[in-house]
Amino acid sequence: MPLPSTSKYQYITCDPEKCVGCQICEYVCSYTKTGEFNTFRSRIRMVREHKILMTTVACRTCENAPCVIACPRDALSQDPDTGVIHVDAGRCDGCTWCIEACDFGAISINPRTKLAEICDLCEDEEDGPQCVKWCPKEALELTTPDKRAQRTRHKRAIEEVLRR
Amino acid sequence: MHGYSGRVLHIDLTNRKRWVESKPEEWYKTYIGGVSMATRLCWENIETGCDPLSPGNPVCIANGLFAGTPVPVGGKYGMASKSPLTGFIGDSLSSSWFTVSLKRARWDGIVVHGASEEWVSVLIDDDKVDFRDASDLVGLSTTEAEEAIREEFGDDQIRSAVIGPAGENLVRIANVSNDGRKAGRTGHGAVWGSKKLKALSVRGTHGVQVADPEELLKLSYDILEAAQGPHTQKYRILGTSSNVLNMNKLGLLPTENYREGVFDDAELISGEYLHEHYKAKTIACAQCPIACEQVGHVKEGPYAEAMGHVEYESLFALSSNCGVNDMEASIKAIANCNELGTDTMSTGVTISWAMECFERGIFTQEDFKCERYPEGFEASFGDGMAMVRLTEMIAHRDGYMGDLLAEGTRRASAKLDEERGTESYQWAMNIKGLETPGYDARALKTFAVGLAVGTRGGCHNRTAAYDPDIKGWVDRFSVDETRGELAKSTEEYAAVYDTLPLCKFIRRCFTGKADREGAWPAIAKLINATTGWEFDYDDVDLIGERAHTMKKAFNVREGWTREDDHLPYRWQHEPMTKGPSAGHIVTDEELEYLKDIYYEAKGWTEEGLIPKEKLVELGMEDVAEEIGV
Repeated sequence: MPLPSTSKYQYITCDPEKCVGCQICEYVCSYTKTGEFNTFRSRIRMVREHKILMTTVACRTCENAPCVIACPRDALSQDPDTGVIHVDAGRCDGCTWCIEACDFGAISINPRTKLAEICDLCEDEEDGPQCVKWCPKEALELTTPDKRAQRTRHKRAIEEVLRR
Repeated sequence: MHGYSGRVLHIDLTNRKRWVESKPEEWYKTYIGGVSMATRLCWENIETGCDPLSPGNPVCIANGLFAGTPVPVGGKYGMASKSPLTGFIGDSLSSSWFTVSLKRARWDGIVVHGASEEWVSVLIDDDKVDFRDASDLVGLSTTEAEEAIREEFGDDQIRSAVIGPAGENLVRIANVSNDGRKAGRTGHGAVWGSKKLKALSVRGTHGVQVADPEELLKLSYDILEAAQGPHTQKYRILGTSSNVLNMNKLGLLPTENYREGVFDDAELISGEYLHEHYKAKTIACAQCPIACEQVGHVKEGPYAEAMGHVEYESLFALSSNCGVNDMEASIKAIANCNELGTDTMSTGVTISWAMECFERGIFTQEDFKCERYPEGFEASFGDGMAMVRLTEMIAHRDGYMGDLLAEGTRRASAKLDEERGTESYQWAMNIKGLETPGYDARALKTFAVGLAVGTRGGCHNRTAAYDPDIKGWVDRFSVDETRGELAKSTEEYAAVYDTLPLCKFIRRCFTGKADREGAWPAIAKLINATTGWEFDYDDVDLIGERAHTMKKAFNVREGWTREDDHLPYRWQHEPMTKGPSAGHIVTDEELEYLKDIYYEAKGWTEEGLIPKEKLVELGMEDVAEEIGV
């Protein structure tokens, strides 16, 4: 058993310094999840806010996920082990309350089916999240907030030493 | 059909109408996509002999075959219209999500006819076409215009191609911009401006269907991995501006309007210097795993906050070529071109022509007067501020000088020579009216013929004929009987990439070898997995010959003659005096010989015209009917 951490779930994170904005993650995600190449249906989204500011957003697997709480039809549920949010297609009616509840803009409505779609960390894929596998710049990573903080601390320490 | 929708969208701006044209599979097999298909659409839809800035000249856009799929570096498209600079085919390539959106909207191409009376922005929303008032977009820079459209719709997935103020002002060296990338050369921006077309936006919601997605993914993944290795290292770390020091060492770095090929301060304008002092970020084009674009950022001083996409060709034109050793001025000048919507290369080479006129005393401070600079200013080589000011004046046609230079070197020199009895055409560096690139062809004799015969004029991208010269496969200072075949072979090689289109920077990532044997079998597999066709090595090779022949055919119908395959006067009469390339020119005798053996290698007549049977052999019967001899 791993030791308990401040936030227990893994999610896909992007290092904006490494992200070059190629959107290859979106192609691979859409194909993995829908069988067609359509970045419109990707569950990870590249965001380009400025000439040089680019990063991606996918589900952050929040604990006590607000999207699950917001859903008026109990269509959303969170896997207690992985934190992955599951959408029950039989219950979801595309009302978009989950989208409004999500602080990260990580949920979208499929334009065809009009149902909510959320990153599930490719839990059915043997080799894990396909976007992470394909990211040519290793900007994407499956990690936890705790691990990220730890790395930032180390990076910071090294920078401090180098500055002296 | 897989990989294509089989549909071309026609938009008539004069009558605000749209219609759909279906194309048969054979047509796609012949013209594929990119510059080849765009040129073919232009051939089918132009009013032959029309003024390039009249409604009879269509804007033709052809998707990339691999746009919207995971094929690395395949997010590209071709744009063609009759060039307002050359009067011949103007074919440009660009990478962007505009083409990916277009693919998802299920259009293989767009033909924009006619001209609007009021400024218009066209939104293509899957099958719907909406003509929208663009008066609030007029005057906006390229980035601002794209942002304003996204803001208005609140939709990131709407992708636009736009013109900046330069295109609005019918500047003949204006271009079209999307996601910071350009359909850069030959003056498309002015063609859009003449139609009062400020923006074309697309939202596409459909998936892209390919014949064998699993196979395509597998092939793509291998290329993507190879693209992180040594084959693309140069591009990933320093980008194309790593060429500055290489070209300088060979004595080929255009300096002071091509007077010399060695720049004493080359270090200060090098990719290495950029990387160390000004690099803000490396970014990628649509679906590109290489990422070569170096964004330069000036933090303080007179050009504070300038941010520009620094490529070698932009850099040479707006630094050494103007004698300027100030990287900050270069970044600012490039940023101005990016935002105002002009071609950095033509802009830089046109400015250097003006600087030479100033140094020779033909232009004086007076000539540079305009509203912004009522006293005028001096514009000697090396004056970075003058260079930066001129990039703005050109885009806005400010004053006498802005208006003159907005015409490009060929027209500007002709006008000046007529007005003042000068001979400034002698240092107007263009071929067919398109300004020359950042390799001095006096000492690259295979490249010299490649450039002279180039269908779009002075362009390094449509002929890779500098390769045999620079790599030392041939003696670059002399001429021999192999050069005709080499020029043919390298331009058709380039045309394969420009037609699919794939970025040429991926060329070593298929097998480690960039030649036909190394690349064509791998490209055939990509085509087959996408379309379900059974292309082999020969079919891929034929893509290039067909594409090039189509462009040449277009030119012939627009009145091309052998005399149009020329070099700038300077390269034929004035040798450089410094460095390893000093002392060379391309004589008339050499040039005419090179043209002879090139036409022969192409299977054309002595006059450079295309025989009917050659066109029939390439499956272009209707073209044979019109222009074959």
